[in-house]
Amino acid sequence: VTVTQPPRIVTSRLGLKESWTLRSYLGSGGYQGLRKALALSPEEVHQAVLAASLLGRGGAGFDAGRKWGMLRKAKPVYLVVNGDESEPATFKDHALMEGDPHQLIEGSVICAYAIGADQVFIYVRGEMALAQERLQMALNEAYEHGAVGNDIFGSGFSVDIVVHPGAGAYICGDETALLESLEGKRGFPRIKPPYYPAVMGLYGAPTVVNNVETLSNLPWIVLNGPAQFSALGEGTSRGTKILALSGRVRRPGNYEVEFAKVTFRDLIYDESLGSGILDGKELKAFIPGGVSSPWFGPDQLDITLANSEIAKAGSMAGSGAVTVMDESTCVVRMAWRISRFYHRESCGQCTPCREGSGWVEKIMRRIEDGHGRVSDLDLLMDICDNISPGVTWPPAQTTICPLGPSIPPSVASGIRMFRDEYLAHVQDGGCPFPPDRLREGVYA
Amino acid sequence: MPEPAGGLVSLGGRPGAPPGVAGATGTPLPAPPASGTTVTITLDGRQVSAPEGEVLIAAAERAGTYIPRFCYHPRMKPVGMCRMCLVEVKGPRGYSLSPACYLPVVDGMEVVTKSEPVKKAQDGILEFLLINHPLDCPVCDKGGECPLQDQTLAYGPGETRFVEEKRHWDKPVPISPLILIDRERCIQCARCTRFAEEVAGDPAIDFFSRSDSTEVAPAPGLPFTSNFSGNIVQICPVGALLAKPYRFKARPWDLEQVESTCTYCAVGCRVAAQSSADQVVRFIGVDSDPVNWGWLCDKGRFGFEALNSPERLAQPLVRRVAPGNGTSGTGELVEASWTEAMALVTERLKGLDGSRVGVIGGARLPNEDAYLWAKFARTVLRTGNLDAQLGDGLAADLLASLPRATIDQVCQAPLIVTLAPDLKEELPVLYLRLRHAVVETGAPLIEISPAPTGLSSRAALRLHYRPGELLALVQTICSTNQIKGGVAGVPAQDLIRAQVAVHEAAGKVGTAGTGNGGPPSIAVVLGRPSLAEPSTKVEEAARWLGQLPGSAFLPALRRSNVHGAIDLGLAPGLLPGRVGLEDGRGWYEQQWGVPLPAGRQLGGLEILEAAAAGRMDVLFLLGADPLADCPDQGLAARALDRAGYVVALDTFATASVTRAADVVLPVAMYTERRGSFTNLEGRVSWLAQKVTPPGTARPDWMVAAELASRLGVNMGLASLDDIWAEIERVSPLHQGLSQALLVSRQSRNGVVVPLGLETAEPEHAVVPPPLDPMADPGIASAETHPAPPVELSVAGMGVGRTNAPGAGAEDLQAQGGAAAAGPGAPGERLGGTKPPAPKEPGGFPPMLHLGPPRTDAPPTGKARSKPPGGSGSSGEPGGSGSSEEPAGPPLALKLVATRPMWDGGTLVQRSPSLGGLHPALELRANPEDLRRLAIPSGAQVRASSPRGSALLPAVADPRVPLGVAVLPFNLPGGGAGQLIDGASETTEVRIEAVEVAP
Repeated sequence: VTVTQPPRIVTSRLGLKESWTLRSYLGSGGYQGLRKALALSPEEVHQAVLAASLLGRGGAGFDAGRKWGMLRKAKPVYLVVNGDESEPATFKDHALMEGDPHQLIEGSVICAYAIGADQVFIYVRGEMALAQERLQMALNEAYEHGAVGNDIFGSGFSVDIVVHPGAGAYICGDETALLESLEGKRGFPRIKPPYYPAVMGLYGAPTVVNNVETLSNLPWIVLNGPAQFSALGEGTSRGTKILALSGRVRRPGNYEVEFAKVTFRDLIYDESLGSGILDGKELKAFIPGGVSSPWFGPDQLDITLANSEIAKAGSMAGSGAVTVMDESTCVVRMAWRISRFYHRESCGQCTPCREGSGWVEKIMRRIEDGHGRVSDLDLLMDICDNISPGVTWPPAQTTICPLGPSIPPSVASGIRMFRDEYLAHVQDGGCPFPPDRLREGVYA
Repeated sequence: MPEPAGGLVSLGGRPGAPPGVAGATGTPLPAPPASGTTVTITLDGRQVSAPEGEVLIAAAERAGTYIPRFCYHPRMKPVGMCRMCLVEVKGPRGYSLSPACYLPVVDGMEVVTKSEPVKKAQDGILEFLLINHPLDCPVCDKGGECPLQDQTLAYGPGETRFVEEKRHWDKPVPISPLILIDRERCIQCARCTRFAEEVAGDPAIDFFSRSDSTEVAPAPGLPFTSNFSGNIVQICPVGALLAKPYRFKARPWDLEQVESTCTYCAVGCRVAAQSSADQVVRFIGVDSDPVNWGWLCDKGRFGFEALNSPERLAQPLVRRVAPGNGTSGTGELVEASWTEAMALVTERLKGLDGSRVGVIGGARLPNEDAYLWAKFARTVLRTGNLDAQLGDGLAADLLASLPRATIDQVCQAPLIVTLAPDLKEELPVLYLRLRHAVVETGAPLIEISPAPTGLSSRAALRLHYRPGELLALVQTICSTNQIKGGVAGVPAQDLIRAQVAVHEAAGKVGTAGTGNGGPPSIAVVLGRPSLAEPSTKVEEAARWLGQLPGSAFLPALRRSNVHGAIDLGLAPGLLPGRVGLEDGRGWYEQQWGVPLPAGRQLGGLEILEAAAAGRMDVLFLLGADPLADCPDQGLAARALDRAGYVVALDTFATASVTRAADVVLPVAMYTERRGSFTNLEGRVSWLAQKVTPPGTARPDWMVAAELASRLGVNMGLASLDDIWAEIERVSPLHQGLSQALLVSRQSRNGVVVPLGLETAEPEHAVVPPPLDPMADPGIASAETHPAPPVELSVAGMGVGRTNAPGAGAEDLQAQGGAAAAGPGAPGERLGGTKPPAPKEPGGFPPMLHLGPPRTDAPPTGKARSKPPGGSGSSGEPGGSGSSEEPAGPPLALKLVATRPMWDGGTLVQRSPSLGGLHPALELRANPEDLRRLAIPSGAQVRASSPRGSALLPAVADPRVPLGVAVLPFNLPGGGAGQLIDGASETTEVRIEAVEVAP
């Protein structure tokens, strides 16, 4: 097992004293990327990002430079920063916004310069009070510093940034729901066609929506050049990636690793990363890319953490959230918890998700509580099939947004990989694992 | 053309505007293709063509393939929420399930609507929709006509696999006085919320909460207020929204229906009138493309309740005069037989001087009845004193002379000017159409009114003139003189923008109906902005606007069939067919075989004045209630008291009837009789009969025919068919419009007269399917067709009935394939059955044409009339107009009288669900004015004018212009009618606070 030691591109300042302040930021090379970008033409900045092969870090993994190139030619143009990181076990943007808000601001201005945006909105998850506060403080400092606002660093380029807090809805992480929410409406994802943000985004104007981590890469890319960035990683997965490791591992946390160079075995077991399973237990399964991705088993540990490799194996890298289950984890309980999350967060717009998520959760809870029927397993699979036909990967999407197809993977993975454990719940009239301590209190 | 001032911003407009830019709120409408390109798609193996960009579900439906749906509605933007319309569409990676409701068709698209995956998806969606849906169909109003029921039967799984507990809500919960919601039944299709926001512009209901707890609700603590709330009940695909007037009244399988026209206002919305056990229980809007698009206002939808009122007049009434008291209007009204009542009237009419007879009212009458009464008055009563209006509209000869535009043409015009009252209140569905034109297609609209209206917020320019100074304003913007200052309280910069917009638009396209059938360059919606000002200024303003090249008018009078009554000659100085009295005298004397009365002929107000002066021996009230409807109510009272003999034909004992009628003849209302109706476009449509009138009530025309007969005159008209045949023969306006054409299927939307105004066939002119399939209660609607002629037997009329018993039943029989085709039937093209072209005018008299203005152009830079009372020096040259504070007497405000939709009207007040909906009687004024008068908002005040006074609260409303007091005209308990001084240009109202007794 060899883990490379790449430069820390986006997390280099995390852990520095008061890393969120302008003083700290400037002391560690802050805003140099922006100064360099402003000396180039917007087109040159765009070309650099294209050459770097910067995949979107929000989950879908679409090339950011290509996304910018798809903008409809019209004015005004908006840049919207998606900081609505709300999925269980995903916490990388959270760390970046709290720990290095200036980096995000600098990246946003570089992007705004490249795409000719007239206004930037940073949409921050409602529950992240500290991130909102630090971003706003950093923004005030950045205005003062001349890095945002009128005539940035004397370049003649001007752009304003607004920090907009969300109101606590997971769905607003979907880019079109986020735009609706920004417009002051209920956060319903938009129907596509015609509302592709690059064509008809915020207020009907062409809009780029990028993830926090994606934009946080820009200062480094501009400063060090795309070649250095693309020298890291493999295939289209270039640069570094933050992996949010959680679950039954000894050292959970955010790890910035070279993209497409680390396997799941490295991540979970390497001493510099997860350092193995808690209490020396055996690995049972793990979620490779957020709770909407199909699960992997111990036999898939040697898959590389690259978008293409994970996709080939039937799941996704997503936003880089890896959750580990060990032999003490009840997979029914795990899948129920995830289905409950989707039930609570379904926006209620389209039928399969609105009604299906609740139905799935009710059955899962019934099984976990010992009131399941053998036929429930087939029923669950068929409900999943009605939400996302085929229950395949990549999922078929017949709903407006991807939240619907996110419901089946955990349930289906559990049934496919651990059918016996489901049957044990049914046949023994209850969960064979120790009581769920979270069933008390807020989760009851 | 004036030199545009620097920095002048044009009003904008549609041409070249990028899609969605016109939309007022965030996400714009997907742009429909303007190209008119046709593409070909493969639909279940068939080649089908469709306009490029049309959504798949609509293209398939026109091709005869019905794709199930819940949330899709052809008149609203797609949302793709229910996912019921998933079909397989071929993409780069083979077939995948896609929603047909918002996927635009593109050339070469391959679509499969019937396959295993589609069937599985439909099963799945319906199962999802049903897991939380209560199975209470047996007690649900929607049961039997429910799209969820129907589509479950057609496409859904046979049984449920859901064993968990269903979602529970309190139910039903009233969200307004008319609407209740049952959230357990709701399937979250967003039809109601979209209607409220997109169509009505009253976004007072929306989704709350998330996931399967999503509920539709009004804002906490606020009722769902809208003039159009009933539409959300009609378009709800389940029984989640319920209308109080219909709730638990009938089951769909007990309903019978006919298609007809709503007669509550002059828009003429097409409706399906549904009855159970010979009682009308519901009105459903029919999607008539040129008129109402399926929408109805709440007054039209729920006003049928008045039909069933126990207060309906069912027997004639005569006034038993107490011995020794010979004057009119004393004594008691008691029931009598028709024979007795008619004998009394006949006796009075014998040997009468025609100039001392007046006929007022008639806007309620269908065309045939209006014609017969106009002819009866002129040829039998020998009087020209007849008027369907009561000084509450505009001069009939002006209306008859206007170049006309249809609603569609108005909506497509490069510039729309409204010189009208608050259309949202008076002609509600016309408001919906104009709002759509402005909001969705970016039509620029200039509003000219003395007070804000429901359209104000959507208007590109609001010209709120000071009462009494309308003409100066219109002259200014119609002239090309340089504008140097404000006029009529309107700032100069707004006047300049209006002047530029008007002259830019003038002549741009053409004139509606002059050959191209397209929109006019400038469409003027012309009505009476305030009843507190005389109509003459509006009429003169119309002549000014009529001078603009390419302008055309849509009259906006409110009252029912008033346009039909005028077209058929129920107006002073006007003969049937929009013919001037002298122009048509020869023709009509020849046709009618008698000389027409000569000499001066009196209009509605003049008849009342003559009566008040004791110069009216007999006064006929054709559904007229002068005490409620005449702007000058003092005059009305004096007239009724001093008229020699008052004969009322009415449906209710109105205030005027009770006060003054000597004989009251009960008449049939809409849905109780046949006939035809003319809307404000001049669109003639058929009124069908569904139920029998109460008691011995009969159609108005029969009364005239019998009176003529009793007076020894045979008018030769013994049936509706006879009357229409004569109208077609004598009226130049109606030539070519046979009754057969009128009642034919192709004329379902009505026919605009004169034929040829709508020469260009609309692009997708199809006969619409019977009803919106989602609203179709599954009742085969009868084609409207005339009943076999019913001979009028005068001798046997003592207990007359409109028709032979059971005659209404013919309307119930579906007439062949087209009507019975049901939901999803492809429309038929109109082609080949166009109305016949008008014949060469063989001897017809000429119809009226709009003349030039009678006033001169305003002098350069000083465009204003002198308002009486000398309220202020308006507009210093170069001033912005904001300096134009009225410097009049501090306590006087100028009265603006508005007519809210819910008023004290006869029918509204007799509809149990509607009677209490009227707004509070209060006077609204600008907060500045109230502050100046030291009157706190809400305080009780005495408002007095030269004509009377009223005690009422005064409420501050910042939208009301300075110097103006806005007061509803006719509310229960009073209104502006008590104050209006009909003899003056404006009515000045003094306001003083009064002590409220503890």
